[in-house]
Amino acid sequence: MSSTLILILCGTALGVERFPPPDFESGYGLPQTTVPPARESVYEYADVAVLLAALSLSSYLVIRKRSRRAIFALMLFSLFYFGFWRKGCVCPIGAGQNIVLSVFDNGYAVPFVVVLVFLLPLVFTLFFGRTFCAAVCPLGAIQDLVVLKPITVPLWLESPLRLLAYLYLGAAVLLAATGSSFIICRYDPFVSFFRLSGNLNVVIIGACLLVTGVFVGRPYCRFLCPYGVILRQLSRVSKWRVTITPDDCINCRLCEDSCPFGAIRESTADWPRRDYNKSKTRLAILIILLPVLTLSGALATRAASGWLSRAHPTVRLADRIYLEESGKVADTTDASLAFRGSGRQIDELYTDASNIQSKIGLGSLILGVFIGLLIGLKLIKHSIRWHRVDYEAERASCLACGRCFDYCPREQIRLKKMEEGAKDSE
Amino acid sequence: MTEVKDSINRRDFVKGGVRGGFLAGLGGLFGVLIGKTTKNHTVWQIDPEICIACGNCATHCVLEESAVKCVHAYAMCGYCDLCTGYLMPEAKELDTGAENELCPNGAIKRTFVEDPYYEYTIDESLCIGCGKCVKGCNAFGNGSLFLQVRHDRCLNCNECSIAAACPSGAYKRISADEPYLLKKVGHA
Repeated sequence: MSSTLILILCGTALGVERFPPPDFESGYGLPQTTVPPARESVYEYADVAVLLAALSLSSYLVIRKRSRRAIFALMLFSLFYFGFWRKGCVCPIGAGQNIVLSVFDNGYAVPFVVVLVFLLPLVFTLFFGRTFCAAVCPLGAIQDLVVLKPITVPLWLESPLRLLAYLYLGAAVLLAATGSSFIICRYDPFVSFFRLSGNLNVVIIGACLLVTGVFVGRPYCRFLCPYGVILRQLSRVSKWRVTITPDDCINCRLCEDSCPFGAIRESTADWPRRDYNKSKTRLAILIILLPVLTLSGALATRAASGWLSRAHPTVRLADRIYLEESGKVADTTDASLAFRGSGRQIDELYTDASNIQSKIGLGSLILGVFIGLLIGLKLIKHSIRWHRVDYEAERASCLACGRCFDYCPREQIRLKKMEEGAKDSE
Repeated sequence: MTEVKDSINRRDFVKGGVRGGFLAGLGGLFGVLIGKTTKNHTVWQIDPEICIACGNCATHCVLEESAVKCVHAYAMCGYCDLCTGYLMPEAKELDTGAENELCPNGAIKRTFVEDPYYEYTIDESLCIGCGKCVKGCNAFGNGSLFLQVRHDRCLNCNECSIAAACPSGAYKRISADEPYLLKKVGHA
């Protein structure tokens, strides 16, 4: 009864204040709406300073001090600071998406802090290798803690698994560039642990990765991390690098099984002469196969682009409105109701959606070419024999954790000599 | 022994070149971005003019208790006795009985000011950000109740889970020095 009365009332009062605010006679003062402030920008810059300090210290510990114990301690600090204290946001892995969005969307201005967070680890990697992964990244740290019974992943499995990370990076860049979503953040497997709450599916993915991580060292870093893909490439040309020993390798093989991440490569034996012709033929076939792979990659992602474009809310909304308009569904959703309430034209929405779809279509074509080319080049790379005289940590895969240092007899001798040297000087 | 210190092998030379290339690339990226950056960081906020109070804010936040709360623009409020943001549409009595209240958590406090006016305040520790009162207030009242991201609670995730689930596109990244989009008088 009362509601019908109000219905009549509001029908006459649309567009204006339905009930004018009263003039109080009792001296009542209007309360203020409270506005708790956001985190001050200065704290954000303080976080960047901590990141810079952690990167510097990590690089010093890995390259100069060569102490696994110190690296581990810094790693714990980073886990607590960037992980549990700062709750994992914003991290360099996710920051890449803001950068990409800012490059492609003129309406989005990326905060300067995010640019720094993204670029600092890259610059450090160019000079010192992946010292960010070693002791600064909280996602790496939480996985590093559970490496208990690492098994060796054979190269024929490791190499294809790594493709996942490239695919993930490609999809993340594509979806960020088109403003669809930030999938790296949405499916960040460990951030729920830092926050002690989160989406159940993502928690399950994270838990599975941690359980896997007991046997396969740092599975996210090696096979999924999109930022790791970039760091791998930069690390290949780093100015300084992690060495198992700074002295000459004596090929004792003691370090062979020390790396839980499969980054230690043995010295190469001489290329057996009888295999020459077979290998040449294989190489030739692979080089011919390269354009075929590229093309099939393009076709595969072209087919998937329709599915990818549904990650964009506008495309989803346009699909829904189309279904409703064509009478294929009778009900409505919150989104379609909100759209109809907003007074926007349906044609306008369709145009927007098809623009986005064609952008994602083009992007996924490029992604497909990239992935196809990558598979081809990887195959070619693996059929070329690379020359190594020492046991060494492979630049791209080495996470600079420092586990191998203790295994090396040359390192033990070096440490002993340094100790004696220090005593002598006293 | 001959001096070999200055000699540089081909591999190192190529690596140095590529490294220089990468550095230049990063510098270039920095240069491109520098014109597009903001000094302040950004925070998530709900535009109350677009928000349809669908209720996703209560359920999609990564926090157990959502960072979104209902806030009250008192200057817009009509201080009605029969408040459609406070009372159920079929409320038996115009009083504080739980069966009459729209808020599932009893987060709105109704206090008598002077005849016939009542003040409605929100107890944020009880509010779950479901927006039921917002819907009620918008439907028949002045629209003085609306949802806002409370920055003392918000973790400011890079991708806000609620923003991703928002059906009306009401979530925006706004500058952290003005982190609220409050309703003003004259926007009934």
